[in-house]
Amino acid sequence: MSILSFAPHRIPPLARHEARSEPRALRIAIIAFAITFLSIFVVLPLVLVFTTAFSKGVLAYFDVLSNSETLAAIRLTLITALISVSANLLFGLVAAWAIAKFEFRGKTLLITLIDLPFSVSPVISGLVFILLFGTQGLFGVWLQQHGIQILFATPAIVLATTFVTFPFVARELIPLMQQQGTQEEEAAISLGASGLATFFRVTLPNIKWGILYGVLLCNARAMGEFGAVSVVSGHIRGETNTMPLLVEILYNEYQLMAAFAVASLLALLALVTLVAKTVLEGRLVEGPARDD
Amino acid sequence: MSTLAKRNVLPGFGLTLGLTLTWLSILILIPLAGLFLKTTELSIGEFIETVTSRRTLHALSISFGIALAAAVVNLIAGVIVVWALVRYRFPGQRLFDAIVDIPFALPTAVAGVALSALFSERGWLGAPLAWLGIKVSFTPLGIFVAMIFIGIPFVVRTVQPVLADLEPELEEAAASLGARRWQIVTKVIVPSLTPAILTGFALAFARAVGEYGSVIFIAGNLPNVSEIAPLLIVIRLSEFRYADATAIAVVMLVVAFVIIFLINRIQRWAETRGAQNH
Repeated sequence: MSILSFAPHRIPPLARHEARSEPRALRIAIIAFAITFLSIFVVLPLVLVFTTAFSKGVLAYFDVLSNSETLAAIRLTLITALISVSANLLFGLVAAWAIAKFEFRGKTLLITLIDLPFSVSPVISGLVFILLFGTQGLFGVWLQQHGIQILFATPAIVLATTFVTFPFVARELIPLMQQQGTQEEEAAISLGASGLATFFRVTLPNIKWGILYGVLLCNARAMGEFGAVSVVSGHIRGETNTMPLLVEILYNEYQLMAAFAVASLLALLALVTLVAKTVLEGRLVEGPARDD
Repeated sequence: MSTLAKRNVLPGFGLTLGLTLTWLSILILIPLAGLFLKTTELSIGEFIETVTSRRTLHALSISFGIALAAAVVNLIAGVIVVWALVRYRFPGQRLFDAIVDIPFALPTAVAGVALSALFSERGWLGAPLAWLGIKVSFTPLGIFVAMIFIGIPFVVRTVQPVLADLEPELEEAAASLGARRWQIVTKVIVPSLTPAILTGFALAFARAVGEYGSVIFIAGNLPNVSEIAPLLIVIRLSEFRYADATAIAVVMLVVAFVIIFLINRIQRWAETRGAQNH
């Protein structure tokens, strides 16, 4: 490495430029390809969502959004996201404390297991709860005898969503807290602070942007989850339809404009999430560097 | 518990690790174990019969085959996009950089209906393609398009930081030693990017194999033609053929686990290789 680092001084400017760049024609072709590829696959679908949503005018758009079926779907989506994001936030904090602040055997395995839901097909994430709570399931008969409804009702929708979004907060916090080390917390403890006071006064301020980042991504996925929720919801109109499921139903009934109106809310959520994420990444870089 | 954590004055290890393991077991591990338990209701013969039935085999081959093809497209297109984003300056660059993440953030059902409408015979792109005699929506080609969409961020976001961090001295040294540009790219740059490219490729493939929401609207879902494995699971569930649904799920899960294992190996290989170079 030390020999190579002399190289820049010995290369004339022209050679240096040539070494790091391609001919002009190739450069333009590469940029044109990147722009075309992203435009076809990402920009056009997004533009289509909004133009179709407003194709019958602003009034029709807000008519769709304010009808009772849409409002019920929005309400269920918000409740589901609130519960699963809170659960995963708590889990993320607890898991990150154990994993980032202590050394123990099997840590890598534990992290792999936490990441597991990322590799499971959404449909399978729903299927596992059918196998547990369905009439043929492990707890199915017991639940039926006690009159408890989990499947095709809000509890299963929340469970499936929590399963799918399980790793989001933890996987943001673990590397962040690992980088920050344990010195500050150790100092607080040795000065006589209690464990909880140390967590709330020392650790929490250090990871607040990381928490927000994880919650943001977790929430976007929770509100938009389709496959897992679709399997366990039962598609009962006005009762167990989340916003993505309502998009499916409207689309299959050829109510294109209505489907895209509801879809536009979810697309807006995605865009807001991306903007907030970009802003937060700036904050996280200003703080301790991340290797993510 | 406390003996596990050596030389640490911080409190709460036993409590937090205990809670982590409990919650992980209840929500993730036990339900997944239940899946494998369910397949034991089938005899080995029945399991093989289910998994190798014509319709199941076709659905699996559609999901795995098209996911593989889409991941290859994502690999090539992703590297080109990364090159444009990292090495060049062009108008709207930051915007294009930001929109790479949209397939991550956009709910799959929204992506599904949008792609389906875009590529339908009367859609913005579907109409000109239909004029050329190419039908995308409601054919296996539609599945291919949706899987490319869903895989875009994986290769780009894994390769981008590696290319950005690549030391310019390496290329300059190669040039000063007389290497041509294409030699520098193929012999210096590409080998440095290979672990990241393979990781991104594997992640895109794994995501596409299990993808449901963005695919089913554009696929047409004809049995033995354009039916993906996750959809067949949903169909078997609606027919109350739980064991059949589970058998297909187990095959997909095992492959997903193999992919995770391979990604871990690639990353370990990259780390040891990186350590040798420094």
